Amino acid sequence: MTAALGFMPRLATGPLIALMSDYTFRTVALGAALIGLMSGVVGCFSVLRREALLADGASHAALPGVVTAYLVTGSRDTAVLLAGAAVSSVLAAAATVLISRRTRIKFESALAVAMSVFFGLGLALISCAQHLPGASKAGLSRFIYGEASSMLMRDVLAAAVLVLVLTAFVCVFFRHFKLAAFDPEYAASAGLRSGAAGGALTAMTVAVTILGIQAVGAVLMSALLIAPAVAARQWTRSLAGMTALAAVFGAVSGVAGTAYSSLRDGVPTGPAIVVAASVIAGVSLLAAPGRGIAAKLVRRRRLRRRVLAATEINSDTRPQIAEAAEKAPPGVSSAERDIHTDGSAAPQEAGEDAGTSAPEDGGGEDNAGGA
Amino acid sequence: MPAELEIGLIAVMTAASCAVCGSLLLVRGMTMTADAISHTILLGIVLAYFMAGGLDSPLLFLGAAAVGLVTVALGELLVKSRLVSEDSAVGVVFPLLFALAVILITRYASSVHLDTDTVLLGELAFAPFERMTLFGMDIGAKGIYTSAGLLTLDLLFVCVLFKELKTVSFDRTAALVMGFSPALLHYLTMALVSLTAVGSFDAVGSVLVVAFMAAPAATAYLVAESFGRMLTAAVTAAAASAIIGIRAALALDVSFAGAMATAAGLVFLAALIAAPKRGLVGAYLRRRRAGKRSR
Repeated sequence: MTAALGFMPRLATGPLIALMSDYTFRTVALGAALIGLMSGVVGCFSVLRREALLADGASHAALPGVVTAYLVTGSRDTAVLLAGAAVSSVLAAAATVLISRRTRIKFESALAVAMSVFFGLGLALISCAQHLPGASKAGLSRFIYGEASSMLMRDVLAAAVLVLVLTAFVCVFFRHFKLAAFDPEYAASAGLRSGAAGGALTAMTVAVTILGIQAVGAVLMSALLIAPAVAARQWTRSLAGMTALAAVFGAVSGVAGTAYSSLRDGVPTGPAIVVAASVIAGVSLLAAPGRGIAAKLVRRRRLRRRVLAATEINSDTRPQIAEAAEKAPPGVSSAERDIHTDGSAAPQEAGEDAGTSAPEDGGGEDNAGGA
Repeated sequence: MPAELEIGLIAVMTAASCAVCGSLLLVRGMTMTADAISHTILLGIVLAYFMAGGLDSPLLFLGAAAVGLVTVALGELLVKSRLVSEDSAVGVVFPLLFALAVILITRYASSVHLDTDTVLLGELAFAPFERMTLFGMDIGAKGIYTSAGLLTLDLLFVCVLFKELKTVSFDRTAALVMGFSPALLHYLTMALVSLTAVGSFDAVGSVLVVAFMAAPAATAYLVAESFGRMLTAAVTAAAASAIIGIRAALALDVSFAGAMATAAGLVFLAALIAAPKRGLVGAYLRRRRAGKRSR
């Protein structure tokens, strides 16, 4: 393996071309790209509405539905199992919302209770299913870990249809979703039904989650929703841009993860996709212009230099001041001394970014007064 | 000791220590952190496994606890950079660490007894097979000692630092004024949560660790009026759900962990509906009475 790493160019071209002509790879990569794309789009809204962990909950909560669907119908058809998954995820989401609205338990804790209990119920049901004659948990456990390599052209087509429907939905109701994500109160006062839009967004999150479980598995699905959105957020200030970019990032992660796992044997596809998405997010957080961590450090250093220049404490006089401060009588308070010797006076980034991670929502003109 | 009794003891003690940690998390509104930690400890276990070459080493505990802390610290770093909101930070960090763990396992350790199933789902039924021997004498299942040790540690932590924990969880400013370090206490709590999650995963599996950290604490939160009572109620609810779950699992011949988690959910459901003040029925009645009075 180390030898192969030394010849990256050769490794990258030869097998990649072979891979491109491989039918299974193309099917799986296409499926993963579609799922990544959709997760990117929907994930933007979940991230902005602080519902990012809902995906994690929904994907765990799908398990009892999958098993029940199998126990009742006896079929292992993907569509049947996914229908079961949808029902139990929606139930868990509804329970979470009910608990967090009606009691003093917060959304997060309610979600943790609902998802873990549903998952436990699913496990109990799986062990029931194993007692039935002729049943094995093969095909069911792939819903826990995902098995992208088992995707068929039919699954890919189903994903494509869902992508088309959801994209059309997002485009048509974009303004409603935007308001539901940023300012539900304003939406209500403008006569838009933000409750309905919020509900639709939650439903879309659940739908995409369930679709994605096939590719990356229940445990990792939340990353596929969150990471592309977080990455896209760093590069743009408009919601439309963020959504488009997240779609691209999601699709790229899907293809890259699939390619990586096909080139190295023993690397499962789902985790590889998640690692790809996380790498994109990490690079974006570090290097995005203006907002990224690197840009922030540069800006802070410049500010520090400016402050130093402005207070006229430069490197020549500083040691003398420090010396004087050392000799200062104990009556001088240490806080006072710090200001003189430190010189930098801790430039604070007051007000910068104001701690929000939501993009400034593209100016008032395009969302005001919509109906 | 009969195997069923041993299983029951392990289950009750594991559930109780999870409930203590869960209560500490719940009052800070960070229950989903339990979910994150319970997944990422897999990475710690894998790394420690590679270093120690076996699954029995105490390194496993340390590695897992360390990765648990790393998860929390990375998440906080992201939040502090102000680029990512709190829940997204958790949602970015833990799947990455978990995915790395799964890749490492399938690529380098697939031939050995370390599969994701055992860690995620656990198998309480096998617990009595691992024996603890002292001077060549069989003194009970190993799990009993692990879970008893964890429970003692958790209870000691809470009893010794009760006042500090209470102040930090409910009134950070007061804690700062009084001179405790919220950060230190926070990381100590997270270390405790990680240790408990590691110690519990082979009894109940890491996903159900979350169930036992979330459900009994939430039940107690609905019933109890003070932090101390909440802790007692959480431990009671956890022990009750463990016992009900074990009974049900034996009767119906289903997985122990699954049945226990379901029982914890049912106990929570009962509290949700019928808790005297904060339950759905109680709240409804109160609203109606208030409505009548105002009319």
